[in-house]
Amino acid sequence: MVAYRAGMPIFVPQFLADVQRVAAILGSSAHVLNACADRYHFTVGFAASLISGKVSLLPSTHTPEVVRQLSAFAPDVVCLTDEADCTLALARVFYPDDAALTPPVSVRSPAALVVPQVDESQLVAYVFTSGSTGTPLPYRKRWGRLVACVREEAQCFGLPQRPPCAIVATVPPQHMYGFESSVLIALCNGHALCAERPFYPADIAAGLERVPGPRILVSTPVHLRALLSSGVVLPRTDLIVSSTAPLAQQLALETEQRNDSELLEIYGSTETGQIAVRRPTAGPEWRLWPGVRLRPEGETTWAEGGHIEQPTRMCDVLEVTAEGRFLLHGRLTDLVNIAGKRSSLGYLNHHLNSVPGVEDGAFFQLEDSRVSHTGVARLAACVVAPTLDAQRLLEALRERIDAVFLPRPLLFVAKLPRNSTGKLPQETLRALAARPRTGALTSLTIPPEHPSLAGHFPGIPVLPAVVLLDEIVRMVETDGSLTSGSWRIGAAKFVKPVRPGETLTLGAEPLPNGSIRFNILRAGQPVAHGVLIPSALQQRPDDGRQAG
Amino acid sequence: MSDKAPLRQPAPPANATALTSEVARLIVEALNLDLAAADIDPDQPLYGEGLGLDSIDILEIALVVSKQYGVQLRADTEENERIFGSLRQLVDYIIAHRTK
Repeated sequence: MVAYRAGMPIFVPQFLADVQRVAAILGSSAHVLNACADRYHFTVGFAASLISGKVSLLPSTHTPEVVRQLSAFAPDVVCLTDEADCTLALARVFYPDDAALTPPVSVRSPAALVVPQVDESQLVAYVFTSGSTGTPLPYRKRWGRLVACVREEAQCFGLPQRPPCAIVATVPPQHMYGFESSVLIALCNGHALCAERPFYPADIAAGLERVPGPRILVSTPVHLRALLSSGVVLPRTDLIVSSTAPLAQQLALETEQRNDSELLEIYGSTETGQIAVRRPTAGPEWRLWPGVRLRPEGETTWAEGGHIEQPTRMCDVLEVTAEGRFLLHGRLTDLVNIAGKRSSLGYLNHHLNSVPGVEDGAFFQLEDSRVSHTGVARLAACVVAPTLDAQRLLEALRERIDAVFLPRPLLFVAKLPRNSTGKLPQETLRALAARPRTGALTSLTIPPEHPSLAGHFPGIPVLPAVVLLDEIVRMVETDGSLTSGSWRIGAAKFVKPVRPGETLTLGAEPLPNGSIRFNILRAGQPVAHGVLIPSALQQRPDDGRQAG
Repeated sequence: MSDKAPLRQPAPPANATALTSEVARLIVEALNLDLAAADIDPDQPLYGEGLGLDSIDILEIALVVSKQYGVQLRADTEENERIFGSLRQLVDYIIAHRTK
């Protein structure tokens, strides 16, 4: 058996027939971006690409910017998708409707059981990581090495000693961890993958309940933490696997006890694939895959050998403790891991600074004092962008970087606190974030009979913008924490017309140089925003220019 | 006034406006958002555009809502697309399914 969907088994002959069917529609291009959300569809699509000699592209995210860069990397790339509303800007091939696929092939038919052979040296995929130049870096994956890796993984999990297992995973099949541990491990070792990708704790339990044992749950600290937090009870699960971010010891222990299960953690990287395993409740030491070696070089460590394609500098501080064993001490400083997704401050800052209107910007990490149910602490960022507001900046960033890295909070400042060598110490940035920020927040209702202009549409008068500015100045002057005096408009944008009688929320935030950044919302929607500068300040070269 | 006390208190009447403010506050606190609860337009999308939340946020909200109101969220029902369509839709779902 190859897979389960909604608890129903899909057998090898069906799988092989589906693979042939999809291979026939992939076309002539050499590269496929496999964006199928359904794990079975993804696997069929991957196998179809395999037997056609095509290379699957597996970026970690599908933002418009990344898609553009993939097109530059492989101009002939087509996107295989099973989502009718897929909006990726590539030539698309739609996975055939399951009902329309060839009817189930008879198990006895000899043609049904011809398993295509794939040469171990065949290049089957490129995975991508975030480089500091802002472009994703490709790493090749050849078939033989992938298979060797997941065969060893099966050994680590004790799978040869178990009957065929059902593997439920919360991770996407496109991510290296999901690719190895929820797709290939099943395909290459005779276990069954599950088509669904459960999200809420109740879904994870339901997904496991639908399939017969033995069951394996492949997940991440975010979901495991959510599971514990929710109190949802899982059916008997023989093995729980976690990766992409360190799992707290306490969390591992509670998970094992709550589910009467064994929890194994995997360590690896996009470049190397998985290279080590440990049972966190048995101790902190990791055990390397056979053949894989660690080579310390100064503060960093290189991993090579075994199934690894090329010697790779690891992103973490590793301490070799014995032959084939090491301890994990944390990340190297430029690198970040948010909810299991990896990036670098260099890459993220590159994209922040490439947003039109951003003069200078930097991401940083806050001290993790808040504990949320999912345990995810976001990155913060600080920018000099006098003509932008948060919404526009975030929209622009969303085009370029994965949503999980969008900054919270996003601080607008007059100048980044660089030191004399131009560097931005993290402590200085954190101190900025710790300052109390929102100067004033007021609700205001414009009287219905307030004088107004006729406006474009009959019967819909428009409040002159100067009235809004006047209200902002008045709020600023009555609020004791902000400076007073006369003001110039540094920047002002009026996004939506305001009518008399409407209720608005006015916000004003002091900037370090004494300017005020203001914004006006109506029912949560931006109406106007900009910057007021005290007349006493020097004129800036671009002052007086209307934004937008 | 009846002299027979009811054996079990009925659920509090569904006061959608108060609940909407309460849920908005929960969201802002749980996600450490940079805005006041009153600034969340009850009809704007929560996920993607609008409030701009991502799937981690949705999971966090689901956990908070589950703890506060005893509602277990499921993604494999058709309703899920709509539940997080807006604050109003989330509140409607809570009203219909709350057990606390």
